[in-house]
Amino acid sequence: MAMLDVLGPVMIGPSSSHTAGACRLALLARHARLAPPARVTFTLHGSFAKTAHGHGTNVALIAGMLGMQPSDPRLPDAHDHARDAGLEVVFETADLGDVHPNTVRIDAEGPGGEDAVSLTGSSVGGGLVKVFNVNGFGIDFSGASHTLLVRHDDRPGVIARVARVVADDDGNIATLHSARKRKGGDAMMSVEMDKRLSQPALDYLASLGYVQWLRMLPEVLSGDGVPEDGALGEEPV
Amino acid sequence: MTFQEVLAYDGPASTFFLQDELGDDARPGDAAYEAFMDTLRGRLEAMRASIDAGLASSAKSRTGMVGWNAKGLHEAEDRLNAPLLKRVQAYAMAVNEENARMGRIVAAPTAGSAGTLPGALIGVADHLGLDDEDLLLPMVTSAGVGGVISETMFIAGASGGCGAEIGPSAAMAAAAVTELLGGNAKAAMHAGALALVNTIGLVCDPVGGYVEVPCVSRNAFYSVHAVASAQMALSGLESFIPPDEVVGAMASVGRMLPTELRETGEGGIADTPTGRRIALQMAQD
Repeated sequence: MAMLDVLGPVMIGPSSSHTAGACRLALLARHARLAPPARVTFTLHGSFAKTAHGHGTNVALIAGMLGMQPSDPRLPDAHDHARDAGLEVVFETADLGDVHPNTVRIDAEGPGGEDAVSLTGSSVGGGLVKVFNVNGFGIDFSGASHTLLVRHDDRPGVIARVARVVADDDGNIATLHSARKRKGGDAMMSVEMDKRLSQPALDYLASLGYVQWLRMLPEVLSGDGVPEDGALGEEPV
Repeated sequence: MTFQEVLAYDGPASTFFLQDELGDDARPGDAAYEAFMDTLRGRLEAMRASIDAGLASSAKSRTGMVGWNAKGLHEAEDRLNAPLLKRVQAYAMAVNEENARMGRIVAAPTAGSAGTLPGALIGVADHLGLDDEDLLLPMVTSAGVGGVISETMFIAGASGGCGAEIGPSAAMAAAAVTELLGGNAKAAMHAGALALVNTIGLVCDPVGGYVEVPCVSRNAFYSVHAVASAQMALSGLESFIPPDEVVGAMASVGRMLPTELRETGEGGIADTPTGRRIALQMAQD
């Protein structure tokens, strides 16, 4: 555990796992979409389902979906900010299976259901998180680094191509996870790296015929500061 | 990393931890070093802001169980004529009452135990009139201690009761205060071990599942506990059981605790007539 994760984060209370971690999971889901969603459904599992209200998990999730960091003083009023932003919020509870007790599935979509993103992750303690599913693909990233998500056709050489582009962009890969629906079907990879990929490199990847979808998610473990008035964090790519 | 490695270091523990985190060439003036210190400086400011806000407010938390304790103690007459004791306790509760009100705090290492380190470290510094810059290296040592403990057990009441949450936070605070007062790595690690060995077996039984009772007063108690550990270690007193073995014992006892006593709000003081009544009331709200 890095030292700054032990003595931190700066956060709105009352619980690092139920408040700060929840906010970060929703923030990652927000960045997995280009535009702010019109509708979001949070499906809470286990301890999240049982104790959400008392720990501010609900407002923290909404705050993250609005682009707020766990340290944002507006977090407790996230319900009001969601209303102002025209964001429809639904909370459900479900048994998501043999997963960490603090797990949530986040389904966000545009006004007509477009650009739907489904992200499932756990708050594993101390504000640290782990995302293990995006749009039905089992992948793995923590938000501790910048994360590239690529959905692509399952064919030889895609991982090598992506790795080459990262290397040519002077990037360094920390972790890489890949999963596919079936042989020759759709596949997804998550690539955690030390700095975000440059725009030309992202544009190049997006132009490849076998790349169906890609997103560059920011690291979410720093962010102690209070954002400027009205600013809701870094704009998604 | 083990505490044995840190103990053997001839110098302040913060130097050892910084070299481990940032590499041997990390020195003042170096970009990585300065960025790291700037982050710590920001976190220290946030800790101070939470103390100030907590001492000034008597607004109740959502459950109504806490919110006025820090201000009440801060403004109370000091009949013991022990200003350090009173200050440390009030600072610690100020942070945790801010936390319970959904105020802005620094998890150290968790939100539930957020008051112990600032209570002890900033409390002692203010008592002695020390500069905030003097607190940065002790904060490094506290983060290092928490990091070593977290390699053995995840620091959370849910993993091993409060002994695995307030215990590590008290150990972090004890080591920080020891370094602040000139203790070397050996003294700081023994201060941490003394703090930890005397929290083993403590249960996590938050009333209604809220991070309020006993968490707010518990942070006051264990910030004092941390200062006492530092005082003993600075006099040369050592933990008879080596620090790494203490961590192992803490983890082992924590795992023996039934789930009712691990942050579920189903045992201990949570499972009393009053505790059950609060849980029922809040569920109906």
